[in-house]
Amino acid sequence: MAILVDKSTRVVVQGLTGREGTFHAKACAEYGTKIVGGVTPGKGGTTHEGWPIFNSVQEAVNKTGADASVIFVPPPYAADAIMEAADAEIELIVCITEGIPTLDMVRAWEFLQNRRARLIGPNCPGIISPGKCKIGIMPGHIHREGPVGIVSRSGTLTYEAVYQLTMRGIGQSTAIGIGGDPIIGTNFVDAVELFNRDPQTEVVVMIGEIGGNAEETAAEYVKSHMKKPVVGFIAGQTAPPGRRMGHAGAIISGGKGTAAEKIKAMEAAGIRVAKTPAAIGETAIAAMGVAAKA
Amino acid sequence: MKIHEYQGKAILKKYGVAVPRGGMAETREQAETAAKNLFDAGASGVVVKAQIHAGGRGKGGGVKIAKSVAEAVDLAGKMLGMRLVTHQTGPEGKIVQRLLIEETLPIEKELYLGILLDRAEAKPVFMASAAGGMEIEQVAAENPDAILKQHIDPGMGLEPFQARKIAFSLGLKPQQINPAVQFLTGLYRAFLDTDASLVEINPFITCIDGRLFALDAKLNFDDNALFRHPEIRELRDISEEDPLEVEASKYSLNYIKLDGNVGCMVNGAGLAMSTMDIIKYAGGMPANFLDVGGGANAEQVTHAFEILLSDKNVKAVLINIFGGILRVDTLATGVVEAANKTHIQLPIVLRLEGTNVEAGREILKQSGLNFIVAETMKDAAEKVVAAAGA
Repeated sequence: MAILVDKSTRVVVQGLTGREGTFHAKACAEYGTKIVGGVTPGKGGTTHEGWPIFNSVQEAVNKTGADASVIFVPPPYAADAIMEAADAEIELIVCITEGIPTLDMVRAWEFLQNRRARLIGPNCPGIISPGKCKIGIMPGHIHREGPVGIVSRSGTLTYEAVYQLTMRGIGQSTAIGIGGDPIIGTNFVDAVELFNRDPQTEVVVMIGEIGGNAEETAAEYVKSHMKKPVVGFIAGQTAPPGRRMGHAGAIISGGKGTAAEKIKAMEAAGIRVAKTPAAIGETAIAAMGVAAKA
Repeated sequence: MKIHEYQGKAILKKYGVAVPRGGMAETREQAETAAKNLFDAGASGVVVKAQIHAGGRGKGGGVKIAKSVAEAVDLAGKMLGMRLVTHQTGPEGKIVQRLLIEETLPIEKELYLGILLDRAEAKPVFMASAAGGMEIEQVAAENPDAILKQHIDPGMGLEPFQARKIAFSLGLKPQQINPAVQFLTGLYRAFLDTDASLVEINPFITCIDGRLFALDAKLNFDDNALFRHPEIRELRDISEEDPLEVEASKYSLNYIKLDGNVGCMVNGAGLAMSTMDIIKYAGGMPANFLDVGGGANAEQVTHAFEILLSDKNVKAVLINIFGGILRVDTLATGVVEAANKTHIQLPIVLRLEGTNVEAGREILKQSGLNFIVAETMKDAAEKVVAAAGA
């Protein structure tokens, strides 16, 4: 099963002809993802690395039957690319681009309401269902198919968690990087809800960080609806207030969004919170053991 | 990005937001001219305000009233060059280099107005409170009902009825409502047009004669949008920033200086934060946050090393890299080059994991440099804390 993406997902790459787009589209295709073409306005009708290029997402959808898109468009144009994909009725939009102006995302987010598209990101590594489909920039080979669902605001920290699990012989159902920006399309609650319904997923790992209150909202959902064990980690316990820690969304503002608050809310919801990033893997495995006995 | 009060007020004025008359001064002479102009224009007094990127200036002695030009010049002379310490500057304070000399006004009430982003709603939100002069966080904690929140639909903007709602909630008089609507509309347009992340007017005042003014103005901008605002980029005052952070920003390195003695270099913001956390967990204190990014190359690693080593508090360095797309062997080559180039003497603990990790470890071993290689993050943190303490 896994969530959102599988072997049948057909992906169009917005910004395929750029350096990043080319590099990662090839890596995704090598992993087994069905990349069906690219969109670069003005280059329609040409081919790039063997893929057909279209002038618009709509044209790509009409000609290839694409149902997902991945965006490698530079920040000034990325919000527009998101809206274009949503307008073409793409079901899943994965936006990798980092550095999109916040007010552009305010507009794009508004545009997505009442449309069928789900947006993952921006400023994220993407989504992978190991053994089935990879849409994003994560190293595919560290993953293996299995029962752990992962949702995270951080890229490399997700790889870290995946690697710890894989090294212990435990695979993943789907790993989603939801992104480090203040406004993102898919939040913890959305992902946790999907994992809750997914038969392949037995335990969920939720990796948060300082800033905002998405972890607290997810903790409330877990407390009232979640049927599977959830393991958590929060980065930024030593982060100073008022400073943006790399990610645009990772900031403690007005004393709100601290790691301590988030950990407290998560523990109160029965989520097992790993004390250090080195313990994420073993905490998840311990939670699985408990689930198996129950 | 942050700017000074006088710069923020100049922006707001362009949007029809009423601000007190005044002028910026970097010298006693300029302060004298600014004060004289205000008194000549009929001001009954002037206020001398230190311009630093931190709040709490009044309590720290950075805001003073003068009743004559001579008194204003005297105050300016004392304030320029002084080290102003407030609860937001840290104990080291900030050196005052610029002043804003403004007319005093007959204040009746001090109110609060702010516009920022509500992340959960993905919309800008107006915050208004009759408790001006206090920090909004304190009001929010003690009396949350005293804050009116008005979300703005990004497709529509601030509608007049919403502005009236805010104005009435602040207890303004009927004849002040229309000017307030104009004031609020101007604020919102300024927020939108400049890609601000925060516009805060604290206090927003009413005068005994009924006029409305932004007595203070704090504007922060979205760094991601600065590319389309060259005029705002020019307002950056790098003397307000940490010199090492300014240096790092030249190489697109995300660096934030902290107080500990364990330097760290990590790829990815989340991993970098949690590396700081695990250093503390192991009993040490991180000297910095440093994210070299997903695609770091040898040159960037060299710059990162130079910046880490310029911090004299650093006694040991932890390099924690998860090589995904960035292969570990490429990175190891970069580290060896950088270590040779910068003649690093401090102990370096390396924890490299991911793609081509074996080849990477081999490169480190063959380099002849005295690296301490760690297996896991926990192991690395313990080793680097021990090395820093030794």
